[in-house]
Amino acid sequence: MANAAAAFVRTTPIPAMPPPRALSGALGWARDNLFSSPLNIALTVASALLVAWIVPPLAKFLIIDAVWDGASRVDCLPRAERPEVGACWAFVIDRINFFTYGFYPIEERWRVDVFFALLAFGVGWMAWLDAPRRDLGAFYFFILMPLASVVLLLGFPAIGLSRVSTSQWGGVLVTIVVAAVGIVASLPLGVLLALGRRSRMPAVRLFSVIFIEFVRGVPLITVLFMASVMLPLFVPDTWSPDKLLRALVGVALFSAAYMAEVVRAGLQAIPKGQYEAAMAVGLSYWQSMRQIVLPQALRITIPNIVNSTVALFKDTTLVFVVGIFDFLRTIEAARVDPNWATPVTSTTGYAFAAIFYLIFCYGLSRYSRMVEARLAAGDRR
Amino acid sequence: MVEQSVPSRLKPAPLKTDVAVELVGVHKWYGDFHVLRDINLHVTKGERIVICGPSGSGKSTMIRCINRLEEHQQGRVVVDGTELTNDVKKIDEVRRDVGMVFQHFNLFPHLTVLENLTLAPIWVRKMPKKDADEIGMHYLKRVKIPEQAHKFPGQLSGGQQQRVAIARALCMNPKIMLFDEPTSALDPEMVKEVLDTMVQLAQDGMTMLVVTHEMGFARQVANRIVFMDEGQIVEMNEPKAFFDNPQHERTKLFLSQILH
Repeated sequence: MANAAAAFVRTTPIPAMPPPRALSGALGWARDNLFSSPLNIALTVASALLVAWIVPPLAKFLIIDAVWDGASRVDCLPRAERPEVGACWAFVIDRINFFTYGFYPIEERWRVDVFFALLAFGVGWMAWLDAPRRDLGAFYFFILMPLASVVLLLGFPAIGLSRVSTSQWGGVLVTIVVAAVGIVASLPLGVLLALGRRSRMPAVRLFSVIFIEFVRGVPLITVLFMASVMLPLFVPDTWSPDKLLRALVGVALFSAAYMAEVVRAGLQAIPKGQYEAAMAVGLSYWQSMRQIVLPQALRITIPNIVNSTVALFKDTTLVFVVGIFDFLRTIEAARVDPNWATPVTSTTGYAFAAIFYLIFCYGLSRYSRMVEARLAAGDRR
Repeated sequence: MVEQSVPSRLKPAPLKTDVAVELVGVHKWYGDFHVLRDINLHVTKGERIVICGPSGSGKSTMIRCINRLEEHQQGRVVVDGTELTNDVKKIDEVRRDVGMVFQHFNLFPHLTVLENLTLAPIWVRKMPKKDADEIGMHYLKRVKIPEQAHKFPGQLSGGQQQRVAIARALCMNPKIMLFDEPTSALDPEMVKEVLDTMVQLAQDGMTMLVVTHEMGFARQVANRIVFMDEGQIVEMNEPKAFFDNPQHERTKLFLSQILH
């Protein structure tokens, strides 16, 4: 029987199978990525329909039918020869200074421009990871620039800069100031609170836990109201700090509590062996945190830190509840201006705000992806 | 040895006393669990002690008490004349002079190999970076991987990583070296390169306490072998007597299981 099974021997080769389908070129890519399975085909078709449904009207409103120049509402009203009116960019262009500076005195607005330039220079220096003398950059960014900005924006009569009350600040200026102070202050404060929460010292730990849990348990609006309405009730008028300053402190402390929890997650992800190795080579607590633990912990929490930062950037809009004229509030104020009362004014204003926030937040997120990729060096194998 | 290439100012100071490590009546509990029971151990300068025993017998805990990674709760731990108490200064002093090598290497993954080596000399010994680099390269040559200086630990094999860890400890010019199962996490092929490094270190006269199950190493290098079980030192003897003529039933059982 065994012999019979082996009796058949093929004498000619089996004809070759057809080659696998092309996987290169545009067609190959499309087949691979867009039409690889029935579900994938359905999703591709659905996405294409969605794009076709959304993009043309959006482009029509924002660009094709948009009004680019004009001096008043008349230019943005539908007329017989132009029944459809898109975004009234003329309104944005007309009020752009208000959106940027708020009520900052017109002849002093160059000071705000200088501040923007100083800030952009500092951000560029710090954000460019291969920049020369980043230690100097840090000194500039964290000490020199903030001091210069205070002098510049608030005024310093002794050197010929007249005083400008913070109640006159507004628009992008306020949004940038609140966001920058919040972001820059919340990270170090958050790191300290996170370390405090894991401290062996009961008093430090208790303080950190109470602070974090209390602030996280309260809405930002409440913190802002407390800072601007309640505080003046307890301290005499002359002691009471500036309204914007109070909001800044409120925002910074609020975001610090969130940042603390983000950082704590990173600290907990660092293996015990790293702490032990740091101790065993003789590093002190602060040295081992600074050199060993925090660099690793912060790296793994970058996505979460950026998440908090983006949230904070948008949360700055809440300062309007205590009467501060941030960017969104200036749009709110301008869109009801009878000079520009048209059916599309509000939509245009909000679209402009959306684009502004989108650019900043998307920029932050792209930058963080780049940093993540750079810092992944230790994972190289 | 290429010792002469290290400038004399970077060389370790000799031990102050002839007694490197002294444990007297040391007890430790984890909650209700009595990990260390009345440990008495006297290590003289230049001595190599190998500590073995079944897992959970308190070997690691004992040597971790010597640089205060674990606190003892009763008894005295004296390292080179300095008694370990809650005094942070004394703990730092002892840690500077006691090197430790871990089972899982515990290299710093975000730093290059050379940075791993120079970190402690720069921050703890306040050494200029140039000197620290010099000493780092010296010890990398000594563990025979100078070409890996600018790679990250994750790019190295286990054996190479453990040799970096040894070099890292040596860069602090320790007077005493503690090894906590340095070869247990390695592939069999890499055990030898690490043991060779340790043998060389022993030949240079380093005071060493080694927790290991490498009985060949123990036979070759140890002055004394300590056998622990259930938190106690059951038997302590010279290698020859320990292997050829174990006194305790528990030791005999252990040896019969690990020596085939």
